Amino acid sequence: MDTRPLLPGAPGDGLESWTREVLEPALARAPERRAAFTTVSGRPVERLYTAESAAGLTHDDVLGAPGGFPYTRGIHASGYRGKPWTMRQFAGFGTPEDTNARYRQLLAAGGTGLSVAFDLPTLMGRDPDHPLARGEVGKCGVSVASLADMEVLFEGIDLGAITTSMTINSPASMIFAMYLVVAERQGVPWTALAGTIQNDILKEFIAQKEFIYPPRPSMRLVTDVFRFCADEVPRWNTISVSGYHIREAGATAAQELAFTLRNGIEYVQYGVDAGLPVDAFAPRISFFFNAHSDFFEEIAKYRAARRLWARVMRDRFGATSPRSWQLRFHAQTAGVSLTAQQPYNNVVRTALQALAAVLGGAQSLHTNALDEALALPTAEAATLALRTQQILAHETGVAGVVDPLGGSYFVERLTADLEAEALAYFDRIDRMGGMVPAIEQGFPQREIAESAYAFQREVETGSRRIVGVNEAVGDGGSRIGILSIDEAAGARQAARLEAVRRRRDPAAVEGALARIREAASGGANTMPPILEAVRAYATVGEMCDALRDVWGEFVEVPII
Amino acid sequence: MDAQSTIRVVIAKPGLDGHDRGAKVIARALRDAGMEVIYTGLRQTPEQIVTAALQEDADVIGLSILSGAHMHICPRVMDLLREKGLSDVLVVVGGIIPDADIPALNAMGIRGVFLPGTPMQSIVEFIRSHVSPRVETI
Repeated sequence: MDTRPLLPGAPGDGLESWTREVLEPALARAPERRAAFTTVSGRPVERLYTAESAAGLTHDDVLGAPGGFPYTRGIHASGYRGKPWTMRQFAGFGTPEDTNARYRQLLAAGGTGLSVAFDLPTLMGRDPDHPLARGEVGKCGVSVASLADMEVLFEGIDLGAITTSMTINSPASMIFAMYLVVAERQGVPWTALAGTIQNDILKEFIAQKEFIYPPRPSMRLVTDVFRFCADEVPRWNTISVSGYHIREAGATAAQELAFTLRNGIEYVQYGVDAGLPVDAFAPRISFFFNAHSDFFEEIAKYRAARRLWARVMRDRFGATSPRSWQLRFHAQTAGVSLTAQQPYNNVVRTALQALAAVLGGAQSLHTNALDEALALPTAEAATLALRTQQILAHETGVAGVVDPLGGSYFVERLTADLEAEALAYFDRIDRMGGMVPAIEQGFPQREIAESAYAFQREVETGSRRIVGVNEAVGDGGSRIGILSIDEAAGARQAARLEAVRRRRDPAAVEGALARIREAASGGANTMPPILEAVRAYATVGEMCDALRDVWGEFVEVPII
Repeated sequence: MDAQSTIRVVIAKPGLDGHDRGAKVIARALRDAGMEVIYTGLRQTPEQIVTAALQEDADVIGLSILSGAHMHICPRVMDLLREKGLSDVLVVVGGIIPDADIPALNAMGIRGVFLPGTPMQSIVEFIRSHVSPRVETI
């Protein structure tokens, strides 16, 4: 038995006597509130973590130093002391003019990067005048149908001076090509551009469901972008492998970690199989995680993610560049945790979630606005969300110390447990032949649906308390003003589209679309003909239709 | 002979949005509460939803809409139900719905509007108290 004193004030003979002499009498006087305590993911947590809980977890090869393998403590030696995280607020609504104005406001308010939210027709590769776009144009994001819209979206914003993240997946190549052409016309060379396209189709099949083509040809589009950027746009993050949507769909923290990193493995494998040297494209892979409500579990998740990725890249893929080993990530606070009841409570939730992301070492962060359980945020709510980050960065002191929770018995144990759970999922998915076959069998979808239902049951039974929902319910809360999207956005976008169609050269458009089909059915990279089509003002809908002609559309079998 | 009453519910995701967590969770909750639930899957047009309700002999249609398109989708569904003589079908909507739109949704005949954070049990109870279940003779 270890007889070292474990706690200040504890009897000298260790945990057992402390339990007997201190804890048990205390419990007899004041019993605990519940038989078991769990994280928001349902993971049991002990009453107390001690040096024994974290035994072996602070060794150099496990913990490492900041900026050193396996990067548990962060990818930068000096944390945020050199450069704080990028405050990147996701925004987009209505017409490109509406969103351009919001971007200028966010940049003027001290935002340090842009993040484009596209509307559903754009995300699904449908033009604003398509019957399926009815009522949806500009609602969940900005409508972008052709290069003409992209020119307006970034008017007066120097693409050489900012970084832009674009949340776009099935039509990622088309939207990226538009950004490249806008940069070209601003005189900014592609080699100077920095930013991110989400381009993560696997999590669409798993969680967010904005897919167009079946999984395998969709993966082809992703690897085409890897190859194109390795040659032409070397500073661009070609993919943002996203756990955010997986978590929002109901996954636990461990499932978010496991499925996201296993998706990352799938992309790297496809890139390698396509003949790319791993160190030529892996450094441009970035990640995107949720920042949910369970404070320590989230911090541990980010730390585990870095350690897992470093080892996977070095040991599984033989990557030799440290930049391939380093997991860089964006975080966004959990939209799903926001409640319509008592909306001001959401400011507090978001602040605490953002703090977890910062303590976990996020490279960039989006904080949700208090009104997002009701609508897209108003300018005022979006500014308050940004202010939350600025307060964290400048007033709380948390950005002054690298990995301040490193060595915490609890956080180190939790980090290792999440890592082990992710590795167990990697094994199961490997045995299915990889993530694409696992998705085709509905495996991650089913696991997530189970977790979502289990969580909701806990809320129903009251074993999981949510303030304003089943605890401190009060009077339904305050009414707040919300953003309403101009219903005329659809008509204005359709009108601009019609004007674009009238003034462009139809033969140039048709020729480029034919070359997209040709590349899709053969083996040539799809990016060059997509760039050609964009320059000819072909629309997102037309380019996506060209690929639909070749690959067809994916219809999922729902799992409930 | 046993008489058994079963409420039949079509849960549908109209529009282009794919966020189906709520639709799937509520489908299971209603099923666990003893209702018969048909989940249509994603991206159903109002026509497809009403056809499903007709074919499935539904007592209830539950629409899950998070995209802000509810004021376009809901009137179309209600018009089609009237055209097909299905005005007695109880229609409820759940999702991201601004308070200001609720009176208009109620006025077009949508009896229940459920926002994020609504307990499943209150949806179950709402449906039970607003549907007169058929009596099937087996």
